Amino acid sequence: MSDTLDLSRFERMMAGHAGQLGLRYVAHGDDWAELGFDYKPSLAMNAENGVLASGPIISLIDSACGFSIAAKIKRIRPMATLDLRIDYVRAAPPGRAITARATCYRVARNVAFVRCLAHDGDPEDPVAHALATFFFTGD
Amino acid sequence: MSFTSPYANMIGARRNTATGEPIITIGWHDEIEGRPGFLHGGVIAGLLEMACYEALSQELRDQAAMPRLKPINIAVDYLRGGLMTDTHAVAQVVRVGKRVANASAVCWQDDRSKPIATARMHILLDR
Repeated sequence: MSDTLDLSRFERMMAGHAGQLGLRYVAHGDDWAELGFDYKPSLAMNAENGVLASGPIISLIDSACGFSIAAKIKRIRPMATLDLRIDYVRAAPPGRAITARATCYRVARNVAFVRCLAHDGDPEDPVAHALATFFFTGD
Repeated sequence: MSFTSPYANMIGARRNTATGEPIITIGWHDEIEGRPGFLHGGVIAGLLEMACYEALSQELRDQAAMPRLKPINIAVDYLRGGLMTDTHAVAQVVRVGKRVANASAVCWQDDRSKPIATARMHILLDR
């Protein structure tokens, strides 16, 4: 579809904290986007067992949610996270890449509503589930 | 968890010893930027989580066997954009049960009376 936004081109948005985490674009569709990162020991909560900290997961989900809104409205529009609620369904063992698939299920004039699942290989066995709302800070 | 986690180290979060409170502080650096000019929402959430862990660790420190702390969920409200300056977070433990604790955290920058984010968190006490 020619009017689909090519999110893979938005590498500028992968600088900053996304760059520090090693976030990468995976895929997107009409109303969804997938981002991921590979495991590295610096992302662990605990140096002994290497279990992934929750911080990188919530950062990944926040970014994926924003991308899913751009995918749905087919353009990049300035926005900010209004709230984000996340369930850490299970621990993420060391060594596994994490993928977050965010779906924007509603865009209103000022606010967009998103849900997101993060998994470490099997989407049917997620590590985290989230709901978020964003508001547009400009056109 | 102890506050010396690799992730805390990576984002530059440290225990702030200016007061007796379990405040966690992070200085600005380019690697915590989200949308241009603003702190990444995930970093704010991570800082709020660390503040909850730190407050809970302080509350539990006199226990014979320190339980392992595991995150169950967190709800973050973003109130203002985070600017390119020092950011602080502190939490209060609302309730400690046998297996679950509830904490409430606040995050601010220059003016503590104007928080940039708040959060509620549930933490599993794995004994």
